[in-house]
Amino acid sequence: MNALRRLYFLAVALFLAAPLLVVAGVSVNEKQDLTFPPRGFSLAWYAQIFTDPEWRAALFHSLTLAVCSAALAVLIALPLAWFLWRRIAPWANVFQVLGLAPFILPPVITALGFLSFWATLGLFGQFFTAIVSHAIFFVTLPLVTLSLGFASIDRSLVEAAATMGADDRTVARTVVLPLILPYLISGYAFAFVLSLNEYIIAYMTIGFTTETLPIKIFNALRYGYTPTMASVSVFFVAVAALVFGSIARFGDIRRLLGALSSEDS
Amino acid sequence: MSGLSINAITKRFGDFAAVDDVTLAVPHGSFVCLLGPSGCGKTTLLRMIAGLEEPSAGAIVLDGDDITTLPTHKRNLGMVFQSLALFPHLTVGDNIAYALRIRGASKQDQRKRVEELLSMIHLSGFADRPVTKLSGGQRQRVAIARALALSPKLFLLDEPLSALDAKLREAMQVELRQLQQRLGITTIVVTHDQREAMTMADLVVVMGKGKILQAAAPIEIYRKPADAFVADFIGITNLLPVEKDGAGRSTVLGAAVPELACPSGMTKATISIRPEDVRLTAPGKGMLDGTVTFVRDLGGTIETFVEAAGTTITAVATPRERPDVQVGQKVGVLLPAESCVVVKS
Amino acid sequence: MRREPPRSPADYAPLAFPALMLIVFFVVPFSIMIAVSFFKRDPAGFYKPDFVFDNYARFLSAFFGEVLGFSLMLAVTVAACCIVVAFPFTYLLTKRPRRVQTVWLVGLLSVLSLSEVIIGFAWSTLFSRTAGITNLFVAVGLMSEPVALLPTFGAVLTGMVYQALPYTILVLYPALVRLDPTMTEAARTLGASPMRAFFNVVVPALRNTIVATLIMVFVFALGSYLLPQILGRPRHWTLSVLITDQAIYQSNMPFAAAMAVFLVLISLSLVGLTLLVGRRENAA
Repeated sequence: MNALRRLYFLAVALFLAAPLLVVAGVSVNEKQDLTFPPRGFSLAWYAQIFTDPEWRAALFHSLTLAVCSAALAVLIALPLAWFLWRRIAPWANVFQVLGLAPFILPPVITALGFLSFWATLGLFGQFFTAIVSHAIFFVTLPLVTLSLGFASIDRSLVEAAATMGADDRTVARTVVLPLILPYLISGYAFAFVLSLNEYIIAYMTIGFTTETLPIKIFNALRYGYTPTMASVSVFFVAVAALVFGSIARFGDIRRLLGALSSEDS
Repeated sequence: MSGLSINAITKRFGDFAAVDDVTLAVPHGSFVCLLGPSGCGKTTLLRMIAGLEEPSAGAIVLDGDDITTLPTHKRNLGMVFQSLALFPHLTVGDNIAYALRIRGASKQDQRKRVEELLSMIHLSGFADRPVTKLSGGQRQRVAIARALALSPKLFLLDEPLSALDAKLREAMQVELRQLQQRLGITTIVVTHDQREAMTMADLVVVMGKGKILQAAAPIEIYRKPADAFVADFIGITNLLPVEKDGAGRSTVLGAAVPELACPSGMTKATISIRPEDVRLTAPGKGMLDGTVTFVRDLGGTIETFVEAAGTTITAVATPRERPDVQVGQKVGVLLPAESCVVVKS
Repeated sequence: MRREPPRSPADYAPLAFPALMLIVFFVVPFSIMIAVSFFKRDPAGFYKPDFVFDNYARFLSAFFGEVLGFSLMLAVTVAACCIVVAFPFTYLLTKRPRRVQTVWLVGLLSVLSLSEVIIGFAWSTLFSRTAGITNLFVAVGLMSEPVALLPTFGAVLTGMVYQALPYTILVLYPALVRLDPTMTEAARTLGASPMRAFFNVVVPALRNTIVATLIMVFVFALGSYLLPQILGRPRHWTLSVLITDQAIYQSNMPFAAAMAVFLVLISLSLVGLTLLVGRRENAA
């Protein structure tokens, strides 16, 4: 039974890791060939992300987009989650649904909606449109983590602060904010990583004028292979693993993903 | 007047009256226990005093000021919550200093007050520990110290000891009462534990279904319960029907108890008699004859269950008083009239 | 602080910014898209305002029917494969120590967050002739020479299962991690083997969860727009690919919008079904 389980876990792990291992392999090929196992060893293709002006520009665009859109997503989600936690206003749940919808629907639809919208406004192709679009598309993530964060606050903590003389504003500053900070950071991190990887919305808003990394990879893919694609992919996996690893290290990732408490195992 | 007075307070949730027209005067410096089963409205009453619930009707007056609609944070009170509600992101010292910190007290004043309070609760040197690393009893003390940081006018506690194990709870009851007497602070505790109420309170307020059933000193509640519910809730008691026979004498379970005076005009009532007042004698020598059905020997006391006239009567004695009773033994039961209390049923 | 209804307009203030953003940048674009789906195509620009049903009428063609049928079939297959692999896996995962769970969750999130572009590229590499898995088979003597495994339906399916598997596991995780372990323990004390206990107790207890997850993964798979392009042939293209294609390369926004509206209706009705199933679970 134990051996069977191990085999099962190994098979799933292998399935998930195999394509990434091969990509990591081809990324260190010495020549510009797509071969595995790699021939020779070179990190030149990693250097190229930062030295080649086109890849560097794409990296810069992607990072700017992710940093800004994740921040905007948090700015939208925080007051909404707070309001839903603090007030009894059933109709306000409409906005919760609106915040969850973009993420549940097929992304192509949201992308097309943004394309029609920006085109109608005549703003199509401007960089900030991608930031706003990504913020709306990924607002779900901080909204979910923050709602979870607020729900985890024992209301008697807030009441205790009030009995000690804290008004609403003081309570928010000294009790609520410190307690939801880990959830806020996780929400930001989730939105950041997904924005970094997002293709279709970026493509339909600014794809004709600006290249982000996923757009650049896809464009490169259509015109033939270059090992830089592989090194960028490895870079993406590393960033995601680093971010989620830190959330797990400094927060409770199991709780964020739905376990009731850190106690149950 | 000095102290807290609650005037005809009502709290309705929809159609349900959690607290129903309650009036109570709490003299300055006294220790009051709100006692009752869960759902009796005691916690709701406490939360209204704290301003955490808004009364549907009535008024709350503290030292002559009407505070009915005053927001919680302006009431100057100290409260200990059932969950304790210690801030998990703050240290012991920062928890205790919270009330001072948000009022902009200097770091020096904060530290001084924290040290005073920590020494009062016998936890000197704990200021920099995270609250999550404390034992249950220590957390309890920190919650009490935090509530007292500003020497509030009113000290409220909602089932404060319920999370502790039995031994620690008893010790904390004594400690809390001694602390309250030293500080002379008006204190209201919600509890469902009658033993806790008897240990600590000057005034026990027994509640049921949103109303006050009886408010009196602990021993008076025990000795002179207002009704069958109170008698049954406070300690263990035997509730037995009392009737008047043709000659106008009181009878309990068919046996005449001539000395027992029933209120005039009452033909049927209930008496409450505490188990320690029930006497067991040889068969035929008591008022009733019965059979022992169970003996609970707790070492310090022996509880004897006697089946008599279709009812089980509990008698409690020390082993010295009643060295050996056995299940199945026939006994006589004596109910001394002076120990019987006629209650509304 | 109790939850209380807002009393003064100032109490609504926190809602203002999120509400404004969501309405202006989600509700309005969505409405515009619906409007565009009734517009006429304008070869010179994007479209011109009109009110015609032409775009919807095109759904009646055999070509569209084929694409729709293929999309649904593909999504169902992906969802079924994912559940079959993910359910026992997630169940076993929740029985592992916390540290093991955390490491797996980090890994799954990392894979889940990967761009479709990267997943497509990675699998196209793994299925390629020069760097692919067949080289390994040649090395161990299973095959005589390496071959390309794409573009094929199998490649599309593998890529999409890869994309949806972490999602499936993470959707199942909360339900399984909260499952009362004493339930299976009771079955074990009554003499059921671990395998039997799993199939007789865990699976039936979570039947509704499984159905809901199936639908969610189905909707997720419907959204895949790059993998069929990278790993398959044009006949493996799904509705999502077609929408992108019409919007970007054929510049036929009205038709793309009409298809998108159609896709929304399918997804919404399925999400509604999920909620219904979920409610029944809670009520039970």
